[in-house]
Amino acid sequence: MTALEFTVVVWALSALAGFLGALTGLGGGVVVVPALTLALGVDMKYAIGASLVSVIATSSGAAAAYVREGFSNIRIGMFLEIATTIGAVLGAFLASRFSTHALAIVFGLILLQAAYLSFKGTPESAERVASDALAARLRLGGTYPVAGSPQTYGVRNVPAGFAMMFGAGALSGLLGIGSGAVKVIAMDRVMRIPFKVSTTTSNFMIGVTAAASAGLYLKHGYIDPRVAMPVMLGVLGGALVGAKLLVHMRVKTLRMVFGAVILALAIEMIVNGITGKV
Amino acid sequence: MDDRRLETIIGRLLQVGVLLAAAVVTFGALAYLVQHHADRVDYRHFVSGGPGICAFPGIVSSAAHFESLGIIQFGLLILIATPVARVGLALAGFALERDRLYTVVSVIVLLILLASLMHAT
Repeated sequence: MTALEFTVVVWALSALAGFLGALTGLGGGVVVVPALTLALGVDMKYAIGASLVSVIATSSGAAAAYVREGFSNIRIGMFLEIATTIGAVLGAFLASRFSTHALAIVFGLILLQAAYLSFKGTPESAERVASDALAARLRLGGTYPVAGSPQTYGVRNVPAGFAMMFGAGALSGLLGIGSGAVKVIAMDRVMRIPFKVSTTTSNFMIGVTAAASAGLYLKHGYIDPRVAMPVMLGVLGGALVGAKLLVHMRVKTLRMVFGAVILALAIEMIVNGITGKV
Repeated sequence: MDDRRLETIIGRLLQVGVLLAAAVVTFGALAYLVQHHADRVDYRHFVSGGPGICAFPGIVSSAAHFESLGIIQFGLLILIATPVARVGLALAGFALERDRLYTVVSVIVLLILLASLMHAT
């Protein structure tokens, strides 16, 4: 393949991944890495480096839009980033110790979970709760707009949520993904934070988490400009278009199709990881 | 200044940073493709690149010499800086609000980020 062909093909694949990732809320990274490794035979380490960069681009690029909606909670985000960034540094360190095959298998398992989430959808956790003692001391609760008027919400189970965020950060650093799905589960399910607040705060946190791995990724040479360039530009473009269209589209069918694609990718990643082809 | 206003300012600045990074990367990409479009490329086996793409001083000097890969990598550094800037701005905002707890929380996050990025110097 020539450099021009590679750049164009990777850009197109990444734009599609960013577009679908934005529409389904799963992010572009989970598709970009298997697409690069399985379809183009790119070594996992280049793929996760490029993906990490694209994760930062979509997170920072979408920040203004999310803030405008008035859902994200900067205190929750900042507090939990202590956990995600420490986890990310550990994950990035482990990435250099893992063999490519092992990385592929772990990635496949994460894809299985992503496929499961797209089939099942994510029902919002129902009623609001009052903050428990620790969350109240940390002033994590807040308000968010419901039908135009602000409604207050409380936060619970901070230690469990914090621990889960450490895990989310480690996965992000190990695999070059945003691991937004795990972050949302930690906030929405465990800490009982409203779903909308969880997803928008998660988007904010993803970029900071990824930046914590970036130093080690750069040092080890995972971020190769020739691979990261088309991935970053493609995912960013696709995600911006996807976010604009999101309001006008029915995403249920799309989620199902996307879920099926991810499931197929998951199986192929795991099989190739075990047989040593990736 | 309330949290909302702070976040709006931060969100806007992040967007500007991302667009700037994308513009620099695009410029480097065009330069790279003009020079190297017909090169055979193969990324099947990972080979760590040299200091020109792995460490800040090398990247900056490579970009300053208008080497295409250095320019792309410099654009990616701008991008990596955006979330770091976000934490720094939030820190400033919390300090202005005299919110001691969250000023400390932001300092911790910022220190972790900077310590991690030190690996690439």
